[in-house]
Parts: sequence; structure tokens; C-alpha cells
Amino acid sequence: MRKSHPVRRAVLVGAATVSGIVLLLSLKPAADPASAPAAAAPPRPSGSAAASPRGAGAAGGTGPRTVTGAVAPTPYGDVQVRLTVHGGRIVRAEAVRAPRGGLSDRKTALAVPRLNQEAVSAQSARIDAVSGATYTSAGYRRSLQSALDRAGG
Amino acid sequence: MGTVFSFDVRGGDADAVAAALGAAVAGLHRADELFSTYRQDSEIARLARGELTLADCSPEVAEVLDLGARAERDSDGWFSPRYGGALDPTGIVKGWAAGRAARLIAAAGARGVSVNGGGDVQLLGAPEPHRPGRGGVSDPLRPGRLAAVVSAAGTEELAVATSGTAERGAHIDDPRTGRAAVSDLVAVTVVTPRLTWADCWATAAFARGSRDGLAWLESLPDVEGLLVTAGDEGLCTSGLAARLG
Repeated sequence: MRKSHPVRRAVLVGAATVSGIVLLLSLKPAADPASAPAAAAPPRPSGSAAASPRGAGAAGGTGPRTVTGAVAPTPYGDVQVRLTVHGGRIVRAEAVRAPRGGLSDRKTALAVPRLNQEAVSAQSARIDAVSGATYTSAGYRRSLQSALDRAGG
Repeated sequence: MGTVFSFDVRGGDADAVAAALGAAVAGLHRADELFSTYRQDSEIARLARGELTLADCSPEVAEVLDLGARAERDSDGWFSPRYGGALDPTGIVKGWAAGRAARLIAAAGARGVSVNGGGDVQLLGAPEPHRPGRGGVSDPLRPGRLAAVVSAAGTEELAVATSGTAERGAHIDDPRTGRAAVSDLVAVTVVTPRLTWADCWATAAFARGSRDGLAWLESLPDVEGLLVTAGDEGLCTSGLAARLG
């Protein structure tokens, strides 16, 4: 039905949150031996502030553009964040480089959904259905899905 | 099946979609008649008692038992279509029935279909031309709030299923011991195109616990998962982030 990738809904997420990813990783105590920096990590540029955009694909115009932050070294390895900006808003933030292995891999993965969670509270999310462990009709009455159905979508 | 199904259908010819919706609802009632383990006269109950052979049963029964056998195999036995040694494909029927209902309506020409069967969601198409279907994931530890939102952007079919203890307490059994699964998890949400598998894999990953469950979901192609532990730690597969939004 739909061939082209639709424009994602704009999500307002402060740039401070993105720095939060780096913070989350860099502040974690060095107690995870399995998370040595990735062996394949290329030599990193001297700049280390993830919040200073390098401007990859930062062409003008009104369409979405991406900016890739500088590599930030952390005790677990390098972290690099890429933002997609559209209409002056950050619509996506992702770690393009992150330490791999062990617990820190999980922590890295964790940071991204938390961004998403903030996105949920930041906008009145347009949602079609709600998944949850609501098996019975009693559970349904208490569920977000029930509220959604009452609102009439 | 003692649960509630919600439908959100957009677009298409109104009469054709209404007819398909009626057929989909009838299909759910029929699934209940065939598979309910609470009905002594259901085909599955009679099959379990040996009063019917599989050949005597409706074709859906063989279809669901085949899917259950595959789920058991692909989950290394962590999903089981039996309960206490007796035939009981309850764990697979809800997802299978909801997915089937959604496809029936989409086939009638609806542009966007969302079917929620007791918390297990199948999204097909897009509700509006430039708005992909989006499924919220209930936060298991904060009732009424969302833990994440999953987007079907760029795909025609996406299912979101959650297994957990939020409502019924420990109801997922470890097929190896026959007792309630000892899990450090409170909920597992699985995102994959087909609801049958999302439902089965969420159940199996829950029984496996956080460490093994996460690694196992990561190993499955085109399957993403979000696991929430009793300690309120969220763990997810590496590709889940691409599905959030």
C-alpha cells in the first residue's frame, strides 16, 4: 500500500537528553570487565564533545537532516551519537558507535528506549493499540486500550 | 477465551470492510468454540480426551497444533502447547486468532488494521497515508503508563505481544518443571511481523528469564524484544531502537 518511507512524526527531545546517553555510559563505574572497548574502533578524532555536531549531511533545505556528533571516549569505549533534525526538532537520536560486549552493551541498548520513552511523554502520542499483559475482561477495563477505545481513536 | 478484542479499521470500501469485520468476529467466536479448554465440548477438549482424532477435527485445529509444535521446537522447548501433560494450545490461539482476524479485514481492502487481542496487537497497513501504525507498550510496573511506543513505519505488518505477570501473577509455567516459571522478569514484549510468533516468543522469553531470554530473542531473525525485570531494569535487543517511535 505504501511504498515510500513516511516522514516520522516530529518528536521533541532536548539535546540535553542526547548528552545524557554519553553521560550514562561515562559515569558508570568501571566494574564490567566484559566491556572492553571494541577492538575494531578506528582512531578517534581529538574532539570529544558529543554535543558538537560535525554536520554530516547537514545540507540546507527543509527536509530531515542528520548531524553526527564527535566521538566521546568513555571508560567502556567510544560513543558517538547521530541526530536527525527536521523542522528544527530532533526527530531521532541514535548511538552510531557504542561499546560492545557484556553489561555495557545492555546499558547502551537501554539508553535508546529511554529516549523513546521521553518522546512518548513529550508529545501526545498517537497510538493505535496498546500491548500489555491484559488477558481478561477485567484487565481490559483497566487497560490503556480500553481508554483508547472509549476515545474512539 | 475470556478476553477482549479491539479493532481499529481505517479506509477501504465501507460495506466490504463491515462484512469482513463481521466475518473476523465470527472467526474469533469459532476459535473459542474449537480451542477453549473451559468448554467440555470444544474440539480441543474432545481431542485431548481421545473422543476425536485429529482427522475428525476442523482444519484449524491441525493448523494450530502444527504452529504449536513449531513454536516448541524453535524455542528449545520453552514454549509448550501442552499444560500438565495434556494438550492445551491456549498459549498460541489468541495471537493466531487475532492475527488471522486482522488479515481477513486487510484483505477486504482496509488501508490500516489494528487488532488487539487481550494485549497482543497486530498492525497491518497504515491508519493514514502518512502515519504509520503505532503500538504502545504498557509499563508493567506503572499501570496506565507506557514503557515504549513501537512504530510500523516502513513495514506492512507488525505485531507487538506482551507476556508478563502484571495481571494474573505467575501464570507462565516452565514446561521443564511444570511449575510456575522462576523468572526475574515482570514482562517481555516481542515485536515481529506475525502475532502468532510475537505471542509465543514473548511467553518463551519470559520463562527463560532476562539473561537467557534476551540472548535468545537476539538470535532470532526479524524479532526484537523489550524485557523488564522485577528490579525495573529495561533490556532490549539491539534492533529494537529502529522500531521505536
